[in-house]
Amino acid sequence: MPMSQTTETYDDQIVRLFLLAAVVWGAIGMSVGVFAAAQLYWPSLNFGVPWLTFSRIRPDHTFGVIFAFGGSALIGTCYYVVQRTGHTRLALGRLARFTFWGWQTACVLAMVTMPLGLTQSKEYAEPEWWIDIIIAVTWVSFGVVFFATLARRRVQHIYVANWYYGAFIIAVGLLHIVNNMVIPVSLTKSYPIYSGAVDAMVQWWYGHNAVAFFLTAGFLGMMYYFVPRQARQPLWSYRFSIVNFWALISVYMWAGSHHLIYTALPDWVQSVGVAFSLVLLMPSWGSAANGLLTFNGSWHRLKTDPAAKFMVLSLVFYAAATFEGSMMALKSVNSLSHYTDWTVAHVHSGSLGWVAMITIGSLYAMAPRALGKPMYSRTAMEVHFWLHVAGTLIYIGGMWAAGVMEGVMWRETLANGSLAYSFMESLMAIKPLYVVRWLGGLFTLAGMGLMLWNLWHTADDARAHLIKPIPVPIPEPTHDQTPQPLTAASGGAS
Amino acid sequence: MKFPIRYRHFEKIEKHAWLLGILTAFMVSLGGLAEITPLFMEAHRVQPADNIKPYGPLRLAGRDIYVREGCHVCHSQMIRKLQFETQRYGPYSVASESVYDRPFQWGSKRTGPDLARVGGKYTDAWQREHLIAPRSLVPESNMPAYPWLAEATIDPADIQARMRALRALGDPYSSESIAEAPEALKNKTELDALVAYLQGLGRNRPSPDALKGDAVP
Repeated sequence: MPMSQTTETYDDQIVRLFLLAAVVWGAIGMSVGVFAAAQLYWPSLNFGVPWLTFSRIRPDHTFGVIFAFGGSALIGTCYYVVQRTGHTRLALGRLARFTFWGWQTACVLAMVTMPLGLTQSKEYAEPEWWIDIIIAVTWVSFGVVFFATLARRRVQHIYVANWYYGAFIIAVGLLHIVNNMVIPVSLTKSYPIYSGAVDAMVQWWYGHNAVAFFLTAGFLGMMYYFVPRQARQPLWSYRFSIVNFWALISVYMWAGSHHLIYTALPDWVQSVGVAFSLVLLMPSWGSAANGLLTFNGSWHRLKTDPAAKFMVLSLVFYAAATFEGSMMALKSVNSLSHYTDWTVAHVHSGSLGWVAMITIGSLYAMAPRALGKPMYSRTAMEVHFWLHVAGTLIYIGGMWAAGVMEGVMWRETLANGSLAYSFMESLMAIKPLYVVRWLGGLFTLAGMGLMLWNLWHTADDARAHLIKPIPVPIPEPTHDQTPQPLTAASGGAS
Repeated sequence: MKFPIRYRHFEKIEKHAWLLGILTAFMVSLGGLAEITPLFMEAHRVQPADNIKPYGPLRLAGRDIYVREGCHVCHSQMIRKLQFETQRYGPYSVASESVYDRPFQWGSKRTGPDLARVGGKYTDAWQREHLIAPRSLVPESNMPAYPWLAEATIDPADIQARMRALRALGDPYSSESIAEAPEALKNKTELDALVAYLQGLGRNRPSPDALKGDAVP
């Protein structure tokens, strides 16, 4: 379909900056993970240095991969998608630059201060109060850029990917501010205004929904744009995506208390969390099905397109991990799985399987367009796929086996009613599996290294253009056009 | 039979960014309002049992070192209401035991054992040695060593500032207790503080009578 074009171009320089930041942070965050995993088997690998010690660098791994890697990828793809689905240039270009530098500053400061012992200790919200303020200001600016761009869109319908990005921005802002309400003592220390059971509830309302809105809604936004594009077909069902959207964003927020089953949290809150966790399976599988069915009639592309391969497998892992999550919220399963490495296995089937794979797939789909040439090496993409799949399966398999073993050993009683195993015996039993998990991490990290190398070479032209953008003209929308990703086949105009 | 929700109802939301934003913000707020607000109100209404006191200066310093070093990454402080948990670690934890924990230390992973009732389980000397060189006492342990704690001293003015901040949040520290803090911290190392914190853990469990209301919330 021929389209007339305006003289205005997409603002892709900012997208390229975030893309670059994402792959660099991915490599850093995963390297810290591999290093931390090694210390669980070889504890002296901290070399006696406080800021290299497992307990201090673990938040560097989680913050590095979730917020630095995932966050940069999400903001970058969000800017890419909102322009293309609205046929408009990004609004407020200078504020958008500020979001880049603000986000990178916050990430660097967090990654440096946490190993030095500056921590609020609440999981995934460790950075101290003044870094939280930088994050909050950057986040609000990001929201302003996003909604201002939506406001100047030239297609009346707001494409579904933007719904998810919008919910991601609103919910994460709310969660971040509520969970980080503290009184500062000094630049290095603060106390939360909540204590004990209330703090626990606020934290897991935050923690669970950081998973829901950062690692799920945001990445579903990515999925809803890049999957139809890479499948070169429209979304399987647009209406189904809308039903899933409202169900997902409203139900997720209730499920956080399933992190506190059998604890001192009031029973009714635990039960509400369990009930909503089960309901949550429906919109989760609905979203996964919608993505997978979009490939119907296009499955042959899996033979030739590594990006599509990453996407399809990411959706399979998404379905698997959300099923596992709902099951782990059942009281009987949770009594065994909680506090064990099963939780770690579950998190990584979501993060390595779903989040990392949809991101890698989208980066491989987006990079050729943002950089103005095809990927440097297709073989490297293929090898990356198999390294990543192998690494993920080795990791999850090892940690799942370890978790079940711990859970069973902790509850095993002898005929006389006494406990069968000491805690140390359970640790000694699973220790070899900590080596297996480290190896899985190495595979995954090797794949990320390969991607970095591949993108570096793909970007050799674009590196010279990092300041001078490659102009991509914006096509004129037709009257009452329904928004959808332009297919990969349409080439340069996308 | 017609499907009751017609697509055109959504079309208005789909074409107006402000409407989409407001409805999204409304939907994502419900869960937190329903689950957090009642707990928050309850926490303001209920007074902790008499034997539950805020941390003294040395134990407060120890708690903050526990947080700084990231002990919570591998150790929970929450004995669940399960037979095999109470058998291993002692009576299950109740909410009033952690009213002075800012942030809460319930944890989410046990690479090491639960510490909710570790107080008094080992001698001070054992705890000191174990923190400095864990494998000298437990050869198979994978816990990091924290030898630097023995060399670092505690700044009393800093702890006083922390007590004042906690008082601002409602924790009952008297002016006298804050004024006397430097005395309690005199010549103490970070190791002393952490051991004092660990040795106090789990000793504040309310009496069985006080528990009656707590056990079945």
